[in-house]
Amino acid sequence: MTVVGEQLQPTLFERSRPGRGGDKIPHPPKDALDRIPAGARRVTPPALPELNEPEVVRHYVNLSQLNYAIDTGFYPLGSCTMKFNPKLNEWAARLPGFASLHPLAPDEVAQGTLQLLFELEEWLAEISGMRAVTLQPAAGAQGELTGILMIRAYHRGRGDTDRDEVLVPDSSHGTNPATASMAGFRTITIPSAADGGVDLDKFQAALGPRTAAVMITNPSTLGLFEKRIGDLLDLVHEAGALAYMDGANLNAILGRFKPGEAGFDVMHFNVHKTFSTPHGGGGPGAGPVGVGETLLPFLPSPRVLRADDGTYRLERLDERPTSIGRLRSFVGNTGVLVRAYAYLRAHGGSGLKQVSDDAVLAANYLRKRVGEAYDIPFDRACKHEFVASAAGIKKRTGVRTLDIAKRLIDHGYHPPTIYFPLTVEEGMLIEPTETESVETLDAFADALIAIARECETDPELVRSAPHDAPVGRLDEATAARQPNLRWRPMAGAEMPCPD
Amino acid sequence: MPYGPHTAGDRERMLAALGIDSVDALFADIPETLRASRLDLPGPEPELELAGRLQALAGRNRTDLASFLGAGVYRHWTPPNVDQLLLRGEWYTAYTPYQPEISQGTLQSIYEYESLLAELVDLDVVSASHYDGAAATAEAGLMTCRATRRERVLVSRAVHPHYRQTLKAYFGAGLELDDIPLVADGDGAGTTDLAALERLLADGDRPVAGVIAGQPNFFGLLEPMAEIGRLAHAAGALFVSVVEPVSLAVLAPPGAYGADIAAGEGQPLGIAPQYGGPYLGILASTDALVRQIPGRLVGMTTDVKGRRAYVMTLRAREQDIRRDKAASNICTNQALLALAASIYLATIGPHGLRDVAAQGAARAARLETALAAAGAPRVHRAPYLNEFAVRVPDARAVHRRLIDRGVLAGLVLGDILPDEPSLADALLVCATEVTTDDEIGRFAAALSAEIADTPLEAVR
Amino acid sequence: MVPTELRYTKDHEWVRVDGDEATVGITEYAAGQLGDIVFVELPPAGRGLAQFAAFGVVESVKAVSDLFAPLTGEVTAANDALAGSPELVNSDPYGEGWMVRLKLTAPDEVDELLDATAYDALIAAG
Repeated sequence: MTVVGEQLQPTLFERSRPGRGGDKIPHPPKDALDRIPAGARRVTPPALPELNEPEVVRHYVNLSQLNYAIDTGFYPLGSCTMKFNPKLNEWAARLPGFASLHPLAPDEVAQGTLQLLFELEEWLAEISGMRAVTLQPAAGAQGELTGILMIRAYHRGRGDTDRDEVLVPDSSHGTNPATASMAGFRTITIPSAADGGVDLDKFQAALGPRTAAVMITNPSTLGLFEKRIGDLLDLVHEAGALAYMDGANLNAILGRFKPGEAGFDVMHFNVHKTFSTPHGGGGPGAGPVGVGETLLPFLPSPRVLRADDGTYRLERLDERPTSIGRLRSFVGNTGVLVRAYAYLRAHGGSGLKQVSDDAVLAANYLRKRVGEAYDIPFDRACKHEFVASAAGIKKRTGVRTLDIAKRLIDHGYHPPTIYFPLTVEEGMLIEPTETESVETLDAFADALIAIARECETDPELVRSAPHDAPVGRLDEATAARQPNLRWRPMAGAEMPCPD
Repeated sequence: MPYGPHTAGDRERMLAALGIDSVDALFADIPETLRASRLDLPGPEPELELAGRLQALAGRNRTDLASFLGAGVYRHWTPPNVDQLLLRGEWYTAYTPYQPEISQGTLQSIYEYESLLAELVDLDVVSASHYDGAAATAEAGLMTCRATRRERVLVSRAVHPHYRQTLKAYFGAGLELDDIPLVADGDGAGTTDLAALERLLADGDRPVAGVIAGQPNFFGLLEPMAEIGRLAHAAGALFVSVVEPVSLAVLAPPGAYGADIAAGEGQPLGIAPQYGGPYLGILASTDALVRQIPGRLVGMTTDVKGRRAYVMTLRAREQDIRRDKAASNICTNQALLALAASIYLATIGPHGLRDVAAQGAARAARLETALAAAGAPRVHRAPYLNEFAVRVPDARAVHRRLIDRGVLAGLVLGDILPDEPSLADALLVCATEVTTDDEIGRFAAALSAEIADTPLEAVR
Repeated sequence: MVPTELRYTKDHEWVRVDGDEATVGITEYAAGQLGDIVFVELPPAGRGLAQFAAFGVVESVKAVSDLFAPLTGEVTAANDALAGSPELVNSDPYGEGWMVRLKLTAPDEVDELLDATAYDALIAAG
């Protein structure tokens, strides 16, 4: 099966021919730049490629066909929630009233967008059980930084300056410890308990007067709900620390569990996961952050406010001195937030609960099916994702999870997340989402089971996969040892150029 | 369920396979006391109604005004092929290219982005990508601290206020940030004060990791970048240039005046204003800093059969591997916007980009003349490219009333820089290739009428 | 069996002691676990190292690991060849893949390190 197109493409630079390219812009007067001092001018023009529009279109259409995408097939990438990206949302974000609005336009000119942002904040607060929400962070990781900086400001505001540690479980996303470091904290990693959940005793032992925060992903990165979460939150608060929830796995618990009600002090949302905004090959996303009463004063500025007369405005710079300030320019990734707004309104409360119910049902069904041929290290009800392991297959055949993942490509699927969380040997984190049909789930399970058989009958076939992709496995070692990070005519000449 | 495929029969089949009656059984591990009682949201709404609601909201924004607002985000002509190509699902519904064998499209496009931007900024390494110009500038500041093992950064007060505020938040956890004052008057008014910079750099007890200045600066003025860079380097500090990418078609690039790092906002490269984002944080550096630069890097390599191929590389800098010792926590970035910028640059070409920059300069000169004639002269004397500040009596009120006359008269500088009394009665205005003579004429006429009215209003 | 003339840390560094001088690297087992080594960050000559404190970093394509000093001393040389050819750590871990040379200030510390038998047992235990 060929899963994507096959035609490798030369670079834009190799396609370039001097003199090519149409006139898109009227030519400026010859003296346009005369008033620019010679010392400030560019001497050597940038060596950008010269192409005409049809060539550009063909280049990018052909390149696009080398990609696997949700729109082309099943993408069971655990912890990434690769659900369908509704087309209405793209249409909405491109409405001229939204798309061409300047971010420094006066409030009276921007009432439609401000209303949308205000309502979206309210809805996210309702979903999370939080008191208020900021839409400013550009992505989940920036949401984490926002949350941890607010926690820092909270402790400092109370004169509690000795708290310099953040506790994270060993199954956490790498962004959690990286965020703690950026915010000036030391990370203390807590090993997980045997059942995959948080180890309450170890957390208790680590908690103390130096603990500023605990960062928890719930459901965890194993797809398991933290049953002891209530006790953990009590311990955290008794120690004078605050609790951060990484909301990456919110797709499992909509309408079932509200982190704010349960006692979390702050959390982020990944709207590009839970609320269907596209991943774009790595971004953009948006990482709104919800807070409870404790952290309310520290929210980034500006917030969106509603006046008594029903008009909306942005908070002024100096209006709330307790704010941690701003983490980026302007109000946020508004274009992404328009998409999330459309998604939420299309579903309503009942629809969102159904989203989680279906996502969890699909994950459990798939867990059952994949378990026919693979180890399931935590074989109990999972949430929206589950971990399977090829440890047994590896022991018998020497074939690794990496090989199985690559072989899935030949069977027409994007591989799941592999070797994450780091705590599971030969792990595969599989997340089907609610937008895949039961036929797709069955076909994927059948493919995984067939590959498990191939591991026994023809291990080399699996080890050398993929066979049907545009390229085979890559020389990543050379790429890192002698990085070639930009086109230079000489560097490219050493590489065989596709026709 | 607007997008879910499951029929009642499908759900029953899956439940039966699991041996349960209800999906509730799968949520039994949520402690009863912690279960959500309800989810109270408007909707669900059928697509037709929702589309109407969204159109009505969009319609409440006024985008009919003749706009002279820039201040970091600029209107440009974007050839329609840019957005049409972006809308291909193979681009926007793909994830981070962790599986290079089926992500060569995204990977090659990122490599080409790195190459295109490297040409523009004249530096070797381009990270793909950061959230926006402000966050990229903050990351640049952090980079200088890691690379020099120093903890103090100087930033010109003529760098965009939002970028300076972002730097402050990112530096809140123990690093020092000091402002470099601006020249107060004379020909250099509004540009970075070199003498003050020299004094700040001379404090031997607080060695400086990096110096940050913008070209053009927030007021649209051209800075003495080479001199700023020389002073920074003489003190052992790195030099960060905050750039506007279209201007680099005609202005000296960071690499040419010795900058170690370039940061900036990529929005002008084919990305709509959309009230704040998603935009494109540009971050680039010299080869020497390749292990300090945060964010995604894609390199060219070969596959097992020797075919040219692309892959994410130097990944050990990143959070998923290095965790608490990562160069940054960035994970999700602005990849689709980097693609937009690449398609824009490929379509518009080197000559087209120069035309865009030069046409903006020409339009801005016309705007300057028209506004001066209307009674709003420039605030500063230093050269500018396509954006400048003008003196307008009672600027805030005039700006407000011009909206009623169909003109968005740039930015009220007193609103964004309340601590700069010299700018209390100033507007920051810009022109680009899309600014028409008609719009300039309407602005000048409306302004002229308002300024004529102002003294009367003040008397009242 | 790992080379018997060397001593080892639990973190998989080896050290070859010659009077008050020592050469340090990582073991073949460690290099194998990391996979293709792509970058080694080493301290400059003159830097003082404390026993068991981190002194550098070794990166492979998908992993990164701190390097720990087996013994206390001052760096007299770092292996510059690794900058251009980090793969030497994989191909010749006990030879051309060495990392730093030290002038020892507490040679007796060597008694706290594992000998070849003990290190073999450590890696056999996984």
